[in-house]
Amino acid sequence: MTTKRTFRVWRGSGEGELVHYEVEVNEGEVVLDVLHRLQATQVPDLAVRWNCKAGKCGSCSVEINGRPRLSCMTRMSTFEPEEPITITPMRTFPVIRDLVCDVSFNYQKAREIPSFTPDPGTEPGDFRMAQADVERSQEFRKCIECFLCQNVCHVIRDHEENKEHFSGPRYLIRVTELEMHPEDTADRRTISQEEFGLGYCNITKCCTEVCPEHIKITDNGLIPLKERVADRKYDPLVWLGSKIGLRKGADTPIAPNTRKPSSAPEQ
Amino acid sequence: MSEITRHSYDVVVIGAGGAGLRAAIEARQQGKKTAIISKSLFGKAHTVMAEGGAAAALGNVNSDDHWQVHFRDTIRGGKFLNDPRMAELHAQEAPQRILELEYWGALFDRTKDGRISQRNFGGHEYPRLAHVGDRTGLELIRTLQQRVVQLQQADAAEFGHPESMLKVYAETTITELLKDGDRIAGAFGYIRETGDFVLFEAPAVILATGGIGKSFKVTSNSWEYTGDGHALALRAGATLLNMEFVQFHPTGMVWPPSVKGILVTESVRGDGGVLRNSEGERFMFRYVPDVFRSQYAETEEEADGWYTAPAEHRRPPELLPRDEVARAINTEVKEGRGSPHGGVFLDVSTRLPAEEITRRLPSMYHQFRELADVDITAEPMEVGPTCHYVMGGIEVDADTGAALVPGLFAAGEVAGGMHGSNRLGGNSLSDLLVFGRRCGLGAAAYLDELGDARPAVAEAEIRRAQEEVRAPLERKTGEDPYALHQEIQQTMNDLVGIIRRGPEIEQALESLDKLRERAAGVRAEGGTIYNPGWHLALDLPNMLLVSEAIARAALERTESRGGHTRDDYPAMSPEWRRINLVTYLREGRVDQRRQPLAPLRPDLMELFEREELAKYLTDEELSGTERTGASVDPDGHGGPTEEAASAKEDES
Repeated sequence: MTTKRTFRVWRGSGEGELVHYEVEVNEGEVVLDVLHRLQATQVPDLAVRWNCKAGKCGSCSVEINGRPRLSCMTRMSTFEPEEPITITPMRTFPVIRDLVCDVSFNYQKAREIPSFTPDPGTEPGDFRMAQADVERSQEFRKCIECFLCQNVCHVIRDHEENKEHFSGPRYLIRVTELEMHPEDTADRRTISQEEFGLGYCNITKCCTEVCPEHIKITDNGLIPLKERVADRKYDPLVWLGSKIGLRKGADTPIAPNTRKPSSAPEQ
Repeated sequence: MSEITRHSYDVVVIGAGGAGLRAAIEARQQGKKTAIISKSLFGKAHTVMAEGGAAAALGNVNSDDHWQVHFRDTIRGGKFLNDPRMAELHAQEAPQRILELEYWGALFDRTKDGRISQRNFGGHEYPRLAHVGDRTGLELIRTLQQRVVQLQQADAAEFGHPESMLKVYAETTITELLKDGDRIAGAFGYIRETGDFVLFEAPAVILATGGIGKSFKVTSNSWEYTGDGHALALRAGATLLNMEFVQFHPTGMVWPPSVKGILVTESVRGDGGVLRNSEGERFMFRYVPDVFRSQYAETEEEADGWYTAPAEHRRPPELLPRDEVARAINTEVKEGRGSPHGGVFLDVSTRLPAEEITRRLPSMYHQFRELADVDITAEPMEVGPTCHYVMGGIEVDADTGAALVPGLFAAGEVAGGMHGSNRLGGNSLSDLLVFGRRCGLGAAAYLDELGDARPAVAEAEIRRAQEEVRAPLERKTGEDPYALHQEIQQTMNDLVGIIRRGPEIEQALESLDKLRERAAGVRAEGGTIYNPGWHLALDLPNMLLVSEAIARAALERTESRGGHTRDDYPAMSPEWRRINLVTYLREGRVDQRRQPLAPLRPDLMELFEREELAKYLTDEELSGTERTGASVDPDGHGGPTEEAASAKEDES
């Protein structure tokens, strides 16, 4: 069953506009199929980022009728028969061209988080972990890095100036994941507040709502991390320990020399 | 004309999937300044699509498992055409590579005693696949990605900048390898985001570009899988091995049309799922070939008993190697017993409780619910074969990953030999890790030997490479790349697909000839910044070259084995088993030669019963084997040995 649909697609970069296209749609198709048909039949140079077309790689994030979605997992049958479909690039990141954004902000934030830190006295093969204990971190490792949660988060979506101080939901659950890893020995609680901006999050749960992997970002990630941060901050023993110098080095610092400005010298 | 940015590295790794990242990690750990070239964003590579797991004889679930058993399964799966040395190294080193990943932060599913859990899979005698639900590939890529970041953080602390020794060039495509005499000197390409050209001067290049699936219409592969590495290697003077062997995964989605080909993990069957035809028959019992007869169940009762008591029962036939299952499904559909949309039924809903299905197979549950309106906990899936993997690939030295061109290395799907004529599920992820690391070591050793005698890139070569890349944009007339791509896919799917016939392959070669002429005049509209039409135009010659290599090899090999089924030559031939078909370029055209396959070492030969060997080997080979009986003796010679020990030393 083939029908004609109206697509309004953002063309251009900083200076751009919505361009209307009439395009064929077949039964069972997703929005990405229709974008591909546009490329093959009308606009060969339409810039679209995609990869697996199976909801596993998180490349094809766009905004569809204003909602952040993976275009490969948005079925055409979910729209009303006459409803025009508007596709725009993610708003939080600079547009490179058409529907493709510069998402390097995310890779920058990833690099600031101190990596998994096992006990130096262990070696590969030593770990014994219960399924129940790894499951908490496993939920966050389902993340396909589509950056839709980063895109929707109002802290940076509407406030460019916050980008420097806020890592966004994706990287805050990366911190949670490491903090909950049974074999990790670092303590990222202080930097999650002071460097990664956990306090900016006022748990509106927009991130959870758009997550295509259905990760409970707020309930299982951000709130527990906030609780851990509060525990650390108001624990009288921690306070005493810092006063008498027993806690030196107990708080893991942000990975050194990873924060911008660092205009990537080549050699 | 755009500026060319120049970079100088010790090692350039082309491809940022599992093999590429593991190779780059090793090269950096060996002290080499390394670039990673990624056709997509960092962390999006096709490896994320791997679902089932990584095969490694850890013996966590069944302690009878040892590397020799894994080796034997791999050789059986590949129908004795594997490079024996590669299969041996792979089986020996896979467990260390998995444990190393865990040490870098990977969180695999656990056994009751807290070790890495392992699941059953087609062709593996014991539960062997380390896994994370059905998203193991994602865990692997993310762990390697995070390991790269960890190394960059260490470099930032030591040298002041995270990218001083290891840098990822995202959304960058290499179009040409450059040489100085007979040695590799660098690589030329473009950056999608800016349209700028880029030259990497490096004495060592590791190809880890994955496969070729985008030359076929129905495929589980993503857009990157255009055979770039295979084509780059050929053009640089390297050779490809056994390109006729293409794996069609038995279970891809068949409905709706837009998702046709998307993978349905083999874990569905490993965890109890069964295949039925339109008559409700569990048909795989009729398709157990002679070579596997003694290892597979003959009744449903026996097969079902295996899931709980594997020692007392033989395996269910759904878990035969992939080539067998794919052919069986193909036959059922052809004979009129298919499902409404031209597949067969894969049912797990009547086999496991709903909550168990969503726990063990969350991605599959999600995928079918979102894309096909099918609830796999309540109804069967419709599945059919989909082009999934190429066993053929660049001919390399097993120990170092070195190709025939000095300075060129290859690992992962783009390399050949390891999997013989058919790859076992789960052996790909472990292959990436084992040979990715070995390539990193191989490249580092090559550099050490090279010393200061670095090759140089000739300016004329750079200009030529740049002109070629710009050509489609500068043509005023010419065909559209999208239409040409569809024709290549249709040709390969219809004429060099899962079942092949001599005259059809000849027809495919004729079509490919014409397509090549047309592709030479392809035109891309638009500019250089993130222009997918232009990028596709540049991928077309690679797809055509690889397609021709596949078709020529498929025509030449007049037998049926693994991922190569000739309707006109249905039997497996012991003479052909001893032959590797080697593809190379002679004056720009694909040519082939036959080359003997290395024989199995006597101690490895002893892992098989004489009766089994007789099904594969020639009488001459058999009479050369003096033997007492098959045994798998982990404590005997050839056990987890010096190989393993020396590999461990390399780490430090």
